[in-house]
Amino acid sequence: MAETVRSAAKIDQLERILEFVRSCAARAGFSGRRIIDLELAVEEAMVNICRYAYTEHSGEVEVACLQEPGGILRIEIVDRGRPFNLLNAEKPVFECDIGRQQLGGLGIHIIRNMVDDIRYRREGDKNRLTLVLHDRKQNSPSTPDPAGPGR
Amino acid sequence: MDTEKIGDVRIVRLQGRLGEVSAPQFEDRMKEMIEEGEVLFVVDLGGLEYISSAGLRSILSTAKELKKLDGLLFLSDLRGPVKEVFEISHFVDIFRIFGSVQEALEAMPR
Repeated sequence: MAETVRSAAKIDQLERILEFVRSCAARAGFSGRRIIDLELAVEEAMVNICRYAYTEHSGEVEVACLQEPGGILRIEIVDRGRPFNLLNAEKPVFECDIGRQQLGGLGIHIIRNMVDDIRYRREGDKNRLTLVLHDRKQNSPSTPDPAGPGR
Repeated sequence: MDTEKIGDVRIVRLQGRLGEVSAPQFEDRMKEMIEEGEVLFVVDLGGLEYISSAGLRSILSTAKELKKLDGLLFLSDLRGPVKEVFEISHFVDIFRIFGSVQEALEAMPR
């Protein structure tokens, strides 16, 4: 069973999207803590799309929640913005000093740590990002490399 | 968020969520207090349930500003998901974090 919400790719729509994934995860029986992990991953992915996907014109984003057997939730986030594979994003550099620590690059790092699997596919003019969460946190992919060359 | 002054230290208590939507308000409020001359802060995260990268950036950016002014920003009472986000982002390595506001206050220079 899939539920879908479509909205403008704007930050002011973020709360509505988060409310949507929150209720999907609650219906799927996810724990409160795991729902927060999901919200974090979706917030970071949505913010990336709202900021960077549509640079010349406004656009839409579609978010689908699919419940799969075995306590698995699959979130599909689709936009028609410029191609962006976040699996190729560079990992942030962690400094040991406030003055040196850079402000950027943390969002994608947070996504990687909150979900069990991330997939990306460019389909025609669409970016399709798939986030997979188990209702219990598995070994989190803190140093994953699921995007082999040629995907 | 609510704030309280104890001696020279401004305690800032955050509640609920610090994400893309709420982080700018926190950062603006902190900027105002810094402009009013405050340089010593304890930010109590005990009531915070959710923090995203936007929230982390707002705290880091405030701490960077304070560092230029020889100020200090200590954090207290990280819990649950907030603690986890601080850990995976290695922010636990760059901030001074205490179990309670009281412990943070005791560590402030007098």
